[in-house]
Amino acid sequence: MMNSPLMPIIIPFAFAILLMFAPKQLRFQRAGALVGAILTVAASIWLLQKVHIDGIQVVTFGSWPVPYGITMVSDMVSILFVLTSSIITLFTIWYSFRTIGIAREQFFYYPGVLLMLVGVNGAFTTGDIFNLFVFFEVLLMASYLLSVLGGEKIQFRESIKYILVNVVSSALFVITVAMLYSVVGTLNMADIAQKVSDVNQPGILTAIAILFLVVFGLKAAIFPLFFWLPSSYSGPPIPVLALFGALLTKVGVYAITRTFTLFFTGDIAFTHTVLLYLSVATIVAGCIGALAVWDVKKIIIYNIIIAVGVILYGVATYNDTGLLGSMFYVVHDMLIKAALFFLVGIIVYITGQTNLKKMGGLMKRYPSLGWLYLIAAFSLAGIPPLSGFIGKMLLVKGGFEAEQFASGIWILLSSLIVLLSVIRIFVYAFWGKEQQLPPVKKTVYWQIWIPTAILVLLTVAYGVGADALMPYMTQAAEVLANPQLYIDAVKGGK
Amino acid sequence: MEILMAFVIGFLFFAAIYLILSKSLLRIIIGTGLLSHGAHMLILTMGGLGSDAPPVLADGVANSSMADPLPQALILTAIVISFGVTAFFLVLAYRAYQELKTDNIDEMRGEEHDE
Repeated sequence: MMNSPLMPIIIPFAFAILLMFAPKQLRFQRAGALVGAILTVAASIWLLQKVHIDGIQVVTFGSWPVPYGITMVSDMVSILFVLTSSIITLFTIWYSFRTIGIAREQFFYYPGVLLMLVGVNGAFTTGDIFNLFVFFEVLLMASYLLSVLGGEKIQFRESIKYILVNVVSSALFVITVAMLYSVVGTLNMADIAQKVSDVNQPGILTAIAILFLVVFGLKAAIFPLFFWLPSSYSGPPIPVLALFGALLTKVGVYAITRTFTLFFTGDIAFTHTVLLYLSVATIVAGCIGALAVWDVKKIIIYNIIIAVGVILYGVATYNDTGLLGSMFYVVHDMLIKAALFFLVGIIVYITGQTNLKKMGGLMKRYPSLGWLYLIAAFSLAGIPPLSGFIGKMLLVKGGFEAEQFASGIWILLSSLIVLLSVIRIFVYAFWGKEQQLPPVKKTVYWQIWIPTAILVLLTVAYGVGADALMPYMTQAAEVLANPQLYIDAVKGGK
Repeated sequence: MEILMAFVIGFLFFAAIYLILSKSLLRIIIGTGLLSHGAHMLILTMGGLGSDAPPVLADGVANSSMADPLPQALILTAIVISFGVTAFFLVLAYRAYQELKTDNIDEMRGEEHDE
């Protein structure tokens, strides 16, 4: 079918509209959201195979010739992001049944989640820089709703800051697109890439590159611009937090990856060196935060920032190995972050609080949860058979190939700090003296344990089965390393 | 013409930043409105000013005198989006005022310590 790249965007959109007709019907809401997410995952897997076999898929709206109409492009990079996002949304919806609360479920929670998936998948798929802005706004609007839904005091306070930061960064995005348009005279990403290489990167393009870095860096939470993230993310409830932590920053990461491999390759000595230093500084900032806090939610939130730095490090080294490592690491990170937030959510549910100092001795009563958490923690740090290992190894190798020895060694050392920061939760919450626990329903505990366990097993399978995924990842890294492949696919198509 | 526009846009940004840095939530929202107006003016200027013929092929109209239709489409999209966001932001500010009993951003900072 011609319009296959649109499927992961249209399916959740249709279901979100459908769900809005009967917000108070609990069973309809849950079933509709679940079916919508499953169909989106199925469509993404089908599209993944199609891209793998037939190459890059391109759709142009209204069949306008390429630089004039809006194009949607599904290459290996974007479809891997789309598939991972859809899987995480599916698990989040499942996990929400018992955790989010009926009041939220009956007030457009599921349409909000699905509409956010529309924006996220659209941002990953679009081939037009202004259309990227529009999809950013779609996902941001849904995220505003999710972050404030429920109306607790802390949610109001943090949502205001979150919205303000994003409104300013959106204005900056529009300004940057306008400047890019005045220099190259086009908005189609493939067309921009071609025109940029024709004009041989004068100073103005380097300035625009840095502006884009600021705009997307605000979304992705890179070093000087991450200030808003820890407090904004501590407002919303756990399932929303998992969704934000796994998806929203990664949209910024994807946008940086796309623009810095497609457009701004003329002055790598400057732009990518800036990116390298920023990614290392991001990891430092995240590590300091993750070690300093005693709130279990915040420890994982600071780990989001560390991961953003690690992924962008691969883009900054800009060689085949580094880019391959980035692709491996980003999919791993999205899955494991969602899993860790789910696990922390269970810990918060059974202890009734987020302060690590007041927890202890959970291992005796909840051994399966303890083991699950330990696997997830090792996986995040990158202990060999688990999923973080392969990505990090390739990233460090890429760093050494680019002769960035100090930063490569720092990536390795940061893994130890990551391990320390998450193992603290294990040591303090699961070992130690048993604390008085509030009464919890065992059935609810098992109902949220099951999706969490499946997601953790999925990350284990991702690590153990890395060999089977190698062809897909290599294909993705190839597109990133050779922008010409992308340009030819878009401009050669209809 | 471009010079004049540069000053107008610069003034809008200056006013917007001044308002966003103030403490009252309502002023901050007005500031974000001005910021997006500045951005829209910037798009219009970046498309090139001065040519005013409709961008339709007709006898006797040179290509160079046609207005660029794309920035106008972009601005229209951006206006609609900023309208939606501002409306949402205003409602949020009102609800937050009801719950938190303040519209002073200074009193909303920091973390709540439950110990």
